[in-house]
Amino acid sequence: MIGLTHYLAVAAILFTIGVFGIFVNRKNIIVILMSIELILLAVNINLVAFSVYLHDVVGQIYAMFVLTVAAAEAAVGLAILVTFFRNRGDISVDDVSMMKG
Amino acid sequence: MTFSQDLALAAPELILAIGALGLLVVGAFAPRATTALMLASIGALILAAWAAAVGPIGRGFSGGLIADNASAFAKVAIYLASAVAILLGQKWFERKAIRNFEFPILILLAALGMGMMASAGDLISLYMGVELHSLALYVLAAMHREDAKASEAGLKYFVLGALSSGLLLYGASLIYGFAGSTKFDEIAAVVQGGASTGVLFGLVFLICGLAFKVSAAPFHMWTPDVYEGAPTPVVAFFAGAPKLAAMVLFARVLAEGFAGAADQWRQVLVLIALLSIFVGAFAGLAQTNLKRLWAYSSIANVGYAVLGLASGSSEGMQAMLVFMVLYMIDVTGFFACLTALSRNGRPMETIGDMAGLFKERPGIALAMTAFSLSALGLPPFSGFWAKFYVFKAALGVGEPMIVIAAVLGLVGSVVAAFYYLRLIKVMWFDTAPGQTDALPREAQVVAISAALFSFPVVMGALIFLDPAAKAAAAAFGLAS
Repeated sequence: MIGLTHYLAVAAILFTIGVFGIFVNRKNIIVILMSIELILLAVNINLVAFSVYLHDVVGQIYAMFVLTVAAAEAAVGLAILVTFFRNRGDISVDDVSMMKG
Repeated sequence: MTFSQDLALAAPELILAIGALGLLVVGAFAPRATTALMLASIGALILAAWAAAVGPIGRGFSGGLIADNASAFAKVAIYLASAVAILLGQKWFERKAIRNFEFPILILLAALGMGMMASAGDLISLYMGVELHSLALYVLAAMHREDAKASEAGLKYFVLGALSSGLLLYGASLIYGFAGSTKFDEIAAVVQGGASTGVLFGLVFLICGLAFKVSAAPFHMWTPDVYEGAPTPVVAFFAGAPKLAAMVLFARVLAEGFAGAADQWRQVLVLIALLSIFVGAFAGLAQTNLKRLWAYSSIANVGYAVLGLASGSSEGMQAMLVFMVLYMIDVTGFFACLTALSRNGRPMETIGDMAGLFKERPGIALAMTAFSLSALGLPPFSGFWAKFYVFKAALGVGEPMIVIAAVLGLVGSVVAAFYYLRLIKVMWFDTAPGQTDALPREAQVVAISAALFSFPVVMGALIFLDPAAKAAAAAFGLAS
């Protein structure tokens, strides 16, 4: 029987993979965008699992909002990435270092 | 509550949302009418500020939106700061021959998001407000499309901002699951008399996400890079209003949702406050670029505001609100000075560029001196009163941990004094390498009026600011 803890464990694993994807990844900024998406989807799994467990629909409504915002966020991120690419002609992570820090 | 009553509570938000969408359509058909769009957006912001100040008080949309003294106070400050940012920015973009009409509209959308943050009563409206303002700010940072530094700043801000939203959201989902509700008042009822481990776990994630948004250490990494790369008038906006909004949201979540777990979050906040003060003070010593320097200064200053929050009393919340408003005026004025100054068409951004400024531009040099002394916390400038409120509140709580933190905070501001005084020394006593260009009028007006506010207007303003902030802090419902 798959219970709440299984869903929470999957979400926690996905969340961790997403966070590590942002920090460990040394190659491509597109991978970072995918990691961000992974984090948001982990949250959605959490929300829907809790919603079913609590018999409360608010969690699923929350998940809908998160999905919408995730789409908007990806659009804004890709737009910024395009301007960055036009200026540099490259989108590798090592390249994002004109300013120190 | 009927639907029309709900709408009356959301009047400022409705004005801004309809205004932004309407102006976007106008801009799409008449992209050359930038001045008209600028004036219309400033008008919408002032109208929204008035609506927030005189509007009804209550909870609408089944608890999702709170209109009270705290949200009214924050919204008036945020909307007026946004109006100033539109004025500064639009003229700057016009001088750079960047004719994009979207700038005032993006500020309107950011202001709408910040207003929602100030009156969020629910984890969903919290998230929507945070995202609405963040998405607009990412675009604003990268607004100067031909500038490689600006697009790098935008990209860095986006990646780290999205990560912080992710942390915040993961925390929100855990709180929802373990407390069983997304509404702050229902969470407060569950947390009363001790929070469960799951809720505390979620709260820590939520605090991390919010600390990112106010750029408190150890979540400050994005600040110097974004400040350095983004267009200067946009930074003038970044450094003020969004931080005030995030601090009010911070206060609202902790005071209304988690008052029962005060002992737990107090420790986390004291740690964040001290780290911010010391990172801001020590890392600032090594900077030569003024925008980076002021980024570290803002990290340190946010530390003091978080210290006010950590006091966990009504007085502490009042101190935080006064601090953020006074700091916002200072920092806007300082970046208005940087917006105004250029030499041979190149912006003056390093400390060395400021050499001999006092002989050539005494007005701007005096203004920058006032802002530096104010940020340093020297009486009688506004920064001193801001810190005075925070330390008074911190000592008033009588918790040994907070008192020790306040004393360490004083040490931090002594260290930070070095870089402010160095800037003043370079401006007043070094020789200038060449002529500066003519100063643009609007930036000069903003800078001089902010400097006059810093001293002596602040003395009179505090007579009104003190009771207003007190009434606002009382709305959080904490013991004094």
